[in-house]
Amino acid sequence: MSLDITTERDASSSEESRQWTARVRNAAATAFPPDRLLPDRQPAYMASWIYVFGVLTVVSLAWVIITGCVLAVMGPSWWHVSGLGHFVNSLHLWSVEFFFFFMVIHLWGKFFMAAWRGNRKLTWATGVVSFVASIAAAFTGYLSQANFDSQWISTQAKDGINSTGAGAFWNVLNFGQMLMWHIVLLPIAVVIIAGLHVLMVRRRGIVPPFDIEPKDHGDTPSAAEPSE
Amino acid sequence: MSFGVLIAALINLNGSGHYLHWGFVQISVANLVVILLMIAVFVLAILLPFPRRKGRDR
Repeated sequence: MSLDITTERDASSSEESRQWTARVRNAAATAFPPDRLLPDRQPAYMASWIYVFGVLTVVSLAWVIITGCVLAVMGPSWWHVSGLGHFVNSLHLWSVEFFFFFMVIHLWGKFFMAAWRGNRKLTWATGVVSFVASIAAAFTGYLSQANFDSQWISTQAKDGINSTGAGAFWNVLNFGQMLMWHIVLLPIAVVIIAGLHVLMVRRRGIVPPFDIEPKDHGDTPSAAEPSE
Repeated sequence: MSFGVLIAALINLNGSGHYLHWGFVQISVANLVVILLMIAVFVLAILLPFPRRKGRDR
């Protein structure tokens, strides 16, 4: 009887290993065990204000998304006219300002740390791509204000965009197209790429200072020797 | 005096922007202020000590 159960379990395990859901689950569990995905201890060298700006950028992005959702629900006749609409509109603007402010300081800090060391090239690359996508998202936001400012910016930008050839399919004078890019495509892109960036940070760990860098440029110091 | 009026009185944002010209370089004062603030915060973030919990040696 017990032999039958064992055989049944082996067959079940073998069948499970062929399923893509099982393979994805196992790969995710291997790459991101819970204590690495949501760690409660970090290396001692992380006790510096310069390591704070990444999470400040993420928090700012969350505020951008939240306030953007409120603006999308209520519409321009609300954000241009009512007091609360002005307030949420300003929150959306200033969360973007802080997002870029913190992201640029984060970028400077990581650049001078050479944060691509130790097999972290993909972490750096996803950060760069998310920075570029954010610029496009912010630009289309300026075009989506539905006021004279957005008209001025779009007419000033059209020649520059057209000179690149992108104007053939990406027309900054097309309000509907720019609005859709701003509230659908680019936010999805930024959130997905930024999410991948954070997952890469969790996977590879925080880059250590130069003087305690592992010789083999290999495993993550944060996973290997948490001390803070 | 309401809080909104008090805040609005700090900087008057109504009006055309101010620009600095240096050869072919042109930058708005607002952008220059933001860049200088970012540099200041970056330097402070490196120099200022990070608070630690009591009882932690490392």
